[in-house]
Formats: sequence, C-alpha cells, structure tokens
Amino acid sequence: MGSYNWNWPILVREPYLGWIVSGFGKTILIAVLAWAIAFPLGSAIGIARTTETRALRLAGTVYVDIFRNIPLLVQMFLWYFVVPELLPADWGRWIKRDMPYPQFLTAVVCLGLYTASRVAEQVRSGIEAIPRGQRYAGLAMGLTSLQVYRYVLMPVAYRTIIPPLTSDFLGVFKNSSLALTIGVLELTSQARQIEEYTFAAFEAFTVATVLYCLVTGLVILIMRIIEARTRIAGAITVGAQ
Amino acid sequence: MFGGFDFGILWANAPFLWNGMLLTIELTALAVTGGLLFGVVLAVLRLSPFGPLAWLVEGYVNFLRSMPLILVIFWFYTLVPKLIGRPVSGFYSVLIAFVMFEAAYYSEIIRAGISSVRRGQIAAATALGLTNIQAMRYVILPQAVRNMVPVLLTQSIVMLQDTSLVYVVGLRDFLTSADIVASRDNRPTELYMFVALVFLVACFSASRLVNRLRRRYAL
Amino acid sequence: MIELTNVSKWYGPFQVLDNCSMRIDKGEVVVICGPSGSGKSTLIKCINGLEPFSKGTITVDGISVGDPSTNLPKLRSRIGMVFQNFELFPHMTAGENIVLAQQKVLGRVRGVAEAKALELLARMGLAEHAAKYPAQLSGGQQQRVAIARALAMDPIAMLFDEPTSALDPEMITEVLDVMVKLAEEGMTMAVVTHEMGFARKVADRVVFMDQGAIVEDANKEAFFGTPRSERAQLFLSKILQH
Repeated sequence: MGSYNWNWPILVREPYLGWIVSGFGKTILIAVLAWAIAFPLGSAIGIARTTETRALRLAGTVYVDIFRNIPLLVQMFLWYFVVPELLPADWGRWIKRDMPYPQFLTAVVCLGLYTASRVAEQVRSGIEAIPRGQRYAGLAMGLTSLQVYRYVLMPVAYRTIIPPLTSDFLGVFKNSSLALTIGVLELTSQARQIEEYTFAAFEAFTVATVLYCLVTGLVILIMRIIEARTRIAGAITVGAQ
Repeated sequence: MFGGFDFGILWANAPFLWNGMLLTIELTALAVTGGLLFGVVLAVLRLSPFGPLAWLVEGYVNFLRSMPLILVIFWFYTLVPKLIGRPVSGFYSVLIAFVMFEAAYYSEIIRAGISSVRRGQIAAATALGLTNIQAMRYVILPQAVRNMVPVLLTQSIVMLQDTSLVYVVGLRDFLTSADIVASRDNRPTELYMFVALVFLVACFSASRLVNRLRRRYAL
Repeated sequence: MIELTNVSKWYGPFQVLDNCSMRIDKGEVVVICGPSGSGKSTLIKCINGLEPFSKGTITVDGISVGDPSTNLPKLRSRIGMVFQNFELFPHMTAGENIVLAQQKVLGRVRGVAEAKALELLARMGLAEHAAKYPAQLSGGQQQRVAIARALAMDPIAMLFDEPTSALDPEMITEVLDVMVKLAEEGMTMAVVTHEMGFARKVADRVVFMDQGAIVEDANKEAFFGTPRSERAQLFLSKILQH
C-alpha cells in the first residue's frame, strides 16, 4: 500500500463532487420509488396469502416463489432486455424509444416488484403470528372480513414486523446498486467512474461506503423511534427469514 | 409473441454456458464453506466475555451488512491485488469478497440460533451439575444447531443468487456467459429466460428441500 | 442440612431478598409461599447457586454456596431441582433426559444409568414412555419425568420451584401425588408453591414471604391455625377461597 498516492482533495473538486451528489441522489430516488411500489403491493400479496380464498393464496404464493428464486440481477436483465420484446409491438417500441428515463424506470419497477415479494413474506408472518382467536373475535362482533383485517389484524401485524421491514427497506437501498448494470448512474457506479478517471479507488469507494453507512444508520434510528412510539405493551415479535 | 424464438442457440452454446455454470457452482461452494467457517469464528468471538473483542466483531458485522454486495466486490477486486503486491486473478479477489460478506450474515444467524435456546434449559442443565462446557455441548448446541441449519441453508441459496453479481467485474459465471452470448448473437430473450428458468428451478427445489428438513427436525 | 443466614440480594437498586434466614433439617419438608414478586423463586434458586446473592451465607450439608472456592457443579449434582416449565431437553427422549447427567456428571456407566432411569420412570408409572420425546408427552407426564431426572442423581435434597403452576388442573394431582410420596419416603424438600392442600398434607413447616422478606416461619399447625402476621392472614384468606 506504500506505493499508493493518496488524493482526498480530488473528491471535492468538480466534476467529481457533482457525480457523487447526483449518484447519491439517484440511489435515494430509486430506493424511495421502489419502496413506494413494494410496500402497498407487498402488503396486498401478503394479505392475499392469509385469506380463506384458495385462488388468492395460490396467486400470492406463485408471485413470491417466482420473484424470490430468480436472482435480482437476472430479473433486471429480463425487465430491460426481454420484456420490451415480449410485449405487443406498439408497447415494446414505446418502451425502447419514447419512454423517458428507460433505465431508471426499469430499475425502479424491477426493484419494486422484487422487494414486494419480500414485503409480502413479512406481512404474511406478521398476520400469521396473531392468534386465530383475534380474527374470530372480530367476526363474532359482526365485522366483515375486510374490517377484521383493517381494524384488528393489520394494526398489530404492522407493528410487530417493523424490524424485518426495516431490514428489507435497507435492502432496497443496497439493491439499488444493481441498477448500474443497465446503465443507471447511481452512487456505486459513480464511485467506480471516479476510480476509473482518477485512479483514486480508495477515496472514491470510501465516500460511497460512508454514504451507505450513513443512510443505514439514519434509517435504523428512525425505525427505532417509530417502533418505540407505536409499541403495544406485551406484544409479540416476529420476522420472516 | 413467441414467434421467432430460436432455442437452438442454447444448444449451440451449451459448452460455454456449462463452463459458466461450473464457475457459479464452484464460487458458491467455496464461498459457502469459507463464509461458514469464518462466520462461526465471528459468532464465537461475538459471544466472548472479552468486551472489546465482541464489540469489534459486532462493528464489523454491522458495517458489512450496511453495504451493497456490489460495492464490497469492487473494494476487494481493487484492494486484494494492491495488498498482495501483485496482480491476482479476479476469481480469488471475488471469492474473498464473498467470504467476508457472507460470513457477516452467517455469524448473525449462528448467534441468533444460540440465543434462541430457552434460558431455562441452561438453568436445568446446570442444576443437574453439568459444567458450563458440558451444558453447551449436550444441551445448548444440539438445539441451537437444529434451529439454525434451515436458516443457514436458506442464506446459502441466497448466496447462490448473489454470485450472479460477479457480472460487474466480468467474471464468466453462468449469467455473464449467457450475457456474452446474448449480446454477441443479439438473442437476449432466449438466453436470459433460460438463465431465469435454471435459477428458478434450482432455488425453488432447494428451498422446498430446506422446508422439508425444517419440518422433520423442528424442535 | 440447608441453612440460610441473613441472605440479601439486590438487582441494581432494587432489593429482591431482604435478610432471609431459614433452616431446613434432614427429612423436613418446607413449603415456601407468598404473593407474586415476593422473592420466593429467587430464594430457592439461591440455594443451589443458580442465582447469586449479595449478602449472607447459605450452607448445604456444611458446604457454603456463596464461597468462590466451592465446586458448584459438584454441589448441584447432590441437590435436585424441578422447574415450573419442566425444562426437559427437547432434543432427547425422556429416558435420555434422565441418563445424561448420570453419565456426564456422576460418571455412571450407560447401562447402569439406563436401568436407573427405567426404574424411576416405572415408579412414576411412565415406563412405557421412556423412548418418547417431551413434545409427545402431556404437561403432567413431562413434570414427572423432570422429577425422575432430578431423583436419578440420588440427591440429598430436592428443590421445587412452582412445580404445578404451569399445569392444567387435571394434571396437578398426578404430580402432587409423586411429591407426597417423596416426602413420605423422607426426602428433604423445599417447595415453592400455591398448593396449600399439599402443604397441609405433607409440609412440616410453612414459610411465608412478602416483598423479599420472610414474614412468617411456623410449623404447619401453627401456620394454618393461627397465622400471626396480618399479611399471611390476608394471603391465606385469598388462596383458600376455592
């Protein structure tokens, strides 16, 4: 390591500083948008897997099994290269030519749908951890199934799955780095680019590392606060693997 | 929609794809083994009564779990040759990256497995006169191992999928080989769907097997 | 045989045991009762060193429990303990549960240990369950196996920490019957329990604890006849409702 020429100041010089900032911004944007897809969709699928309707349960299981057993990178390639080919000719052409920000949007959709499968599993565990008696008590009072989910099951389920959901949320941040394989210039790819232009590998990667750690730390802190504020006394804790 | 598919391209490039598959399998096997060994070491250190050591290991584990795997791969890919002083094959740099990364996850699973054994079991064991070491050996560890094996196996299946990330440093694993053929012959659909299918079947069967194991040996 | 002198214990600022002194002679059966949080479980766990204590002394058969030079595993092998949640080892069969400590602590040969295990299980009426895992046994059966496991070590005294509190009502009797028989055979026993019927039948003395202190320590007749302290009276009146 003695022959390495340290060059920290280069990072605050343009255009490299700008690259880091835009890369970081893209990372956050991808993560937030993907989560915006994953959370509602995943919740719906997770709930579907706990209903009495066989068809819903099967559909949910199929979804989760497909998205969990194919590597995320392969999914990324499928969305970017294959899906436009398989769609009806007009749509395919639009995606390839006229859609704005094709790589970015593809990455968001891919990551969102993948993460939805993880969220689905957490939501399912959260609901299944609630004793059956709760559901019966709700129905016995005259609540519809939907109301039972809304007022009895989901409030408890969501609170108990905050820790594993947090870890999935952080997963989205980390997985956003895969977007670089289809050309999105997020944080990791910008760090690599700086390394290729300046040979300041150590410095560039350190900045990226520090930023990821900061995000992780911040998210965990916020989640702890949320967890403390919403805690139910004597509640169960649970998490899917 | 499916007109014009040429699955012959898979046959034509079978040897090339197969070599990629072999690399994937080899990398996974070595990374799982190395990661488990190192993970056990980390877990043991984490449970040690020596404060600073446990704290250091905890820091390492949390640090590695905050970073994307791609970044870790880049780190080791650039660092390892520099540290050793001469060029190193990409395979070894990447292998080290995987071992260091997965060990952090494995050590958490192992640690959780050991703490999942009910506290009363330790009391009952020591009340009978077993020493701490005997209690560990005959009562705690057997239960901990049975709890953690399914989770460790599941993590290993995840690792198999993670190896596809060697794409970013151009290592010719299964996915990268398929990608090379796809770009060269402009047939992304057939190749990527084939890769997806292979992984789907492999990982799905593996997780079914793990589930069956979990049901049979659950405590 | 078991002697506690001025035993006190603090968890941080919170005092859990307050100057407890008590004596259990050989062959005596002492029942320890009191409201939740009175420290009775903690006290009994101090006797075999499972819980450390801050002040005072405890001696068992002349050996001091708090002394750092005492060989605790050896001492514990001579005292049997039965837990509220049975704590059978779930990865071993009933028989294996009883054999483990005999082999590893007392050094008995496997054949001898297994014979003893079967003999004890037969005494409980559980001989045919020797090869079953705890999950396949009822709560009452598990607790009786747990008692057999403790007896297999040929202990000089037996400690019971709320042995029937986790059992369904119909299974409490089968466990109490075993304990009554043990008492009649002359075992030295300290039993933390709410089962006053058991105390009336078999106890020699009853100790009443409240908020970490021993409030009353009287022989059976005196305790049930004329409890001296107000708190003991209140406690008794609440329990003896049923």
